[in-house]
Amino acid sequence: MSRYFTEDHEWIEVDGEVGTVGITDYAQSQLGDITFVELPAVGQQVGKGDSVSVVDSVKAASDVYSPVSGEVTDANQALADEPELVNSDAEVSGWLFRVKLSDPGELGKLMDRAGYDAYVGGL
Amino acid sequence: MSAPNAAGWRPSLGAANDSAAPSPTASGDRGLMLEEALIFELGQPGKCGVDLDEPELEPLPALGRHLRRQACPLPGLTEPETVRHYTRLSRQNYAIDLGPFPLGSCTMKHNPRLNEKVARLPGFADVHPLQPQQTVRGALEVIAQLADWLIALTGMHGVAMTPKAGAHGELCGLLCIRAAHDARGEAREVMLVPDSAHGTNPATAAFAGYRVESIAATAEGRIDVAALLARLGPDVAGVMITNPNTCGLFERDIKEIADAVHAAGGYVYCDGANFNAIVGKVRPGDLGVDAMHINLHKTFSTPHGGGGPGSGPVVLSEALAPFAPLPFTMRTAEGVTHLVEEEDAAAIVPGESFGSRSFGRMTAFHGQMGMFTRALTYILSHGADGLRQVAEDAVLNANYVLRRVEDVLVAPFAASGPCMHEALFSDAGLPEGFTTLDIAKGLIDEGFHPMTVYFPLVVRGAMLVEPTETESRAGLDRFIASLRSLAERAGRSDESLKSAPHLAPRRRLDETQAARKPVLVWREPASAAD
Amino acid sequence: MRYLPLTDADRSGMLAAIGASSIDDLFVDVPAEARLPGPVAGLPLHAGEMAVERHMSRLAAMNLSAGSVPFFLGAGAYRHHVPASVDHLIQRGEFLTAYTPYQPEIAQGTLQVLFEFQTQVARLFGTDIANASMYDGSTACWEAILMASRVTRRSRAVLSGGLHPHYAATVRTMARFSGETIDWRVPRLEAAPDDAEVIAAIDGETACVVVQYPDILGRIPDLAAIADAAHAAGALLVAVVTEPVALGLIEAPGHLGADIVVGEGQSLGVGLNFGGPYLGLFGCNEKFVRQMPGRLCGETVDADGRRGFVLTLSTREQHIRREKATSNICTNSGLCALAFSIHMTLLGGEGLARLARINHARARRLAERLAAVPDLSVLNEAWFNEFTVILPKDAREVVRALADRQVLGGVSLGRLYPDAPELDRGLLVAATETCSDEDIEAFASALTGVLA
Repeated sequence: MSRYFTEDHEWIEVDGEVGTVGITDYAQSQLGDITFVELPAVGQQVGKGDSVSVVDSVKAASDVYSPVSGEVTDANQALADEPELVNSDAEVSGWLFRVKLSDPGELGKLMDRAGYDAYVGGL
Repeated sequence: MSAPNAAGWRPSLGAANDSAAPSPTASGDRGLMLEEALIFELGQPGKCGVDLDEPELEPLPALGRHLRRQACPLPGLTEPETVRHYTRLSRQNYAIDLGPFPLGSCTMKHNPRLNEKVARLPGFADVHPLQPQQTVRGALEVIAQLADWLIALTGMHGVAMTPKAGAHGELCGLLCIRAAHDARGEAREVMLVPDSAHGTNPATAAFAGYRVESIAATAEGRIDVAALLARLGPDVAGVMITNPNTCGLFERDIKEIADAVHAAGGYVYCDGANFNAIVGKVRPGDLGVDAMHINLHKTFSTPHGGGGPGSGPVVLSEALAPFAPLPFTMRTAEGVTHLVEEEDAAAIVPGESFGSRSFGRMTAFHGQMGMFTRALTYILSHGADGLRQVAEDAVLNANYVLRRVEDVLVAPFAASGPCMHEALFSDAGLPEGFTTLDIAKGLIDEGFHPMTVYFPLVVRGAMLVEPTETESRAGLDRFIASLRSLAERAGRSDESLKSAPHLAPRRRLDETQAARKPVLVWREPASAAD
Repeated sequence: MRYLPLTDADRSGMLAAIGASSIDDLFVDVPAEARLPGPVAGLPLHAGEMAVERHMSRLAAMNLSAGSVPFFLGAGAYRHHVPASVDHLIQRGEFLTAYTPYQPEIAQGTLQVLFEFQTQVARLFGTDIANASMYDGSTACWEAILMASRVTRRSRAVLSGGLHPHYAATVRTMARFSGETIDWRVPRLEAAPDDAEVIAAIDGETACVVVQYPDILGRIPDLAAIADAAHAAGALLVAVVTEPVALGLIEAPGHLGADIVVGEGQSLGVGLNFGGPYLGLFGCNEKFVRQMPGRLCGETVDADGRRGFVLTLSTREQHIRREKATSNICTNSGLCALAFSIHMTLLGGEGLARLARINHARARRLAERLAAVPDLSVLNEAWFNEFTVILPKDAREVVRALADRQVLGGVSLGRLYPDAPELDRGLLVAATETCSDEDIEAFASALTGVLA
């Protein structure tokens, strides 16, 4: 398994042909308390860069873009009752949705952990 | 002598050096700081504050299956309980009547009480919107006279009076633009909206069916004219400009922008929320504007009432006026003001004049009459000279705040020249950990309503101060002293500021909990229901 | 100028303090050719209170006020007695001159009122929740249709012919721009509402069915049957209540299966005001809360753990979501909501029920008396406080002739439906607790005279 990052602060962890997507710990720290997560429908076709989910904090609503193209295969229903998981555990149990990749080649344009850390350090 | 002080009452200042904190009270009230339960906790079923006779007839048999199975489960209160409940609640509110309310872009000015008196005259307040026109000539005349003033003050061609508030007025203006393009057979999908715009602008454009594209602001706080001009084309329906803009600055290139938009076949919508800065001084019609709403509840002093009602008449250029919504007033050749509704629009409105190709109706009835009477009263009180003075004093007051505070709070566009009727600051200069929120909440403890915070979005940690013309110099000096004191406290990292307010009816409220687990109606506590 | 606190000395002192030589220095960014040299030409100058009041009073006196004559108009705006304490309380400066409660620590008064108002509206409508108000009933109706489209991801709405024609016109105007498909109809002069026609119009593309209750002609549709049909097709039922007092007598729409209930709250506390400001009511099922338009007030606690209220779920709204907001509404009808809430508090549920029964009884009395007018017939089998009568000639002329006799005798269907000549002889009449026996007698005899 390997993990990739976007400049829009999403992470994707790829296992076989399915990637699990969430927002980074840095992103959640900037948003403050998450109050609601709007999740995509399972079966929805998404393109790389499409807005597929929305993360609400008290005074902001932030679009989450899919890092890859494919079909949504799962969404984290635990967030319906506990949106705060995105705050407490953004990069593990606070995942948002899973995508079956249609073009694994898209991963090549994403950053790895070190690249992302350097990117955030430069913000 | 007679018995000395038989009652035993000896006034005193209490024990010397009494610095102990007061004990909690049994009632929860603290002197004049009064707590108040909900009506559902105070009231009792069956109690009633209105004396009603027993009905003389039973319900129609035909109504039988429709009858309510049980009375609506709402408690009632008698009049003394009701008056006390709402009066106690009122005391937990800040209001213009108590002090400055310097919310940027909101124009919280004094609400003259003559307006209230006039609006309550039975000839205005107790008139049905569908009475025969012969019985409402005075009401129609109010609408027509106010319309005349708004047209004259803006230098525009006509005015649609029915929109219910500013955002509804924006919608009216954009629908006129769409109708005008439709009439020419042009399908233009894009509305350009500057980044600095109020949120209603992009929301309204989307509501009207447009795709919104943002136009950036320059470093000096104005529209990036080059970017805007470069984006114009056959797919662009128009641009929504706020002028003066939300950074408190006048868009000095407005005429050039308007000419270019018109040349490209588009229209210029102006958000008139900030009209107070220029009323009587500048006519938007002279700047190339095609449509602009006027918030009667801002510039023309109708009360905000804790969130409305508003009123948002839209002045229109000659090009857009034919598309104005129904209904509207029209003066006949004999000087009679007539209300034009669906039944007679086609018959009596001459071609290409106001409303002749109306896009239709956007609300029931004829607009916010109660606001029209108040606004006309305000306008007649001020006259053309007084309104001009309003703009001058509003702008002077804002510049006074800007220049008296800019040395202690960062004013991002202070170098861009004078501000208009609002002064913009940010928290950029505060020590790490101190933010705009802390300054705002600190103002509450100082006895002021905070300014608009975190808007416009183009400035991080924005504080937008609009004092309005109805603040005295002494009042401004007090406000400035408090603002300076707060900046100074933040500057020396006074931690107590971070938990302000300390002296208000409530401390900071947990908005996260409210949003995560919304409780939007009162429900019987479980223990009481058992 | 009595409203401007700055003196000339203040102005020159302040200009000096900021380094400006004259007020014109502050307007330098306005293009020179657009700066007016003095007050806008041709307009009057400032005037004192007495002069202004005289002018406005003269205009007011040109109107025939409802309370001064026998009065029987309804059609979406009803004249009820408003207790004196209502107007006193809404004029408290702390309510009247406050802004939208964006700073909750110093706006608990307004916020608690909104929380109480939301609860009252929800209980009146029989819905789980309600919002903090919309502009009026007609715009609330359009917002409900948009919301139903978001919830169902469909875009067709079926409007009952009993929906107020101004509401239907508002919806049709807006739909032209939003792309919704609107299936609408004018009412027929029949005793029963058009439930069957509405049910037949529901299809698999239908997002919602919009039914007024009681309807524009005063008839009472069978909401439960329509709700069942709508739900079976995956559509929502939007019920529209233009006379909330009716819900003191007839069942709440939410209890009959309506998913969204909207209405006009003007009847309670607000008054006629020649059509505005009024009060849009909006309630719905709790599961749709994130698709609702408008402001919502919610309960929470402060830093000391004390109960308090805040505006919440703001990420639906324009100031945060901008072009993706559920609505563009910002300012709503706060003070009208306060008036409604106070009036409702004075009545309580049982007071409302009694008021409703009085209204109904007055309307029954009116119907009995009008039925005795030659050549006139009552259309409805059932009604609340408003019903339709059929006259032997165009009701528009009759209404004008009645006004000449100082009687405000209802709303002609011809005015409401100028394109439906088959309705010309229909007259809508309403009676509330404000109508006396003398008023009814005066109306009936004037009508007899006009029709003779």
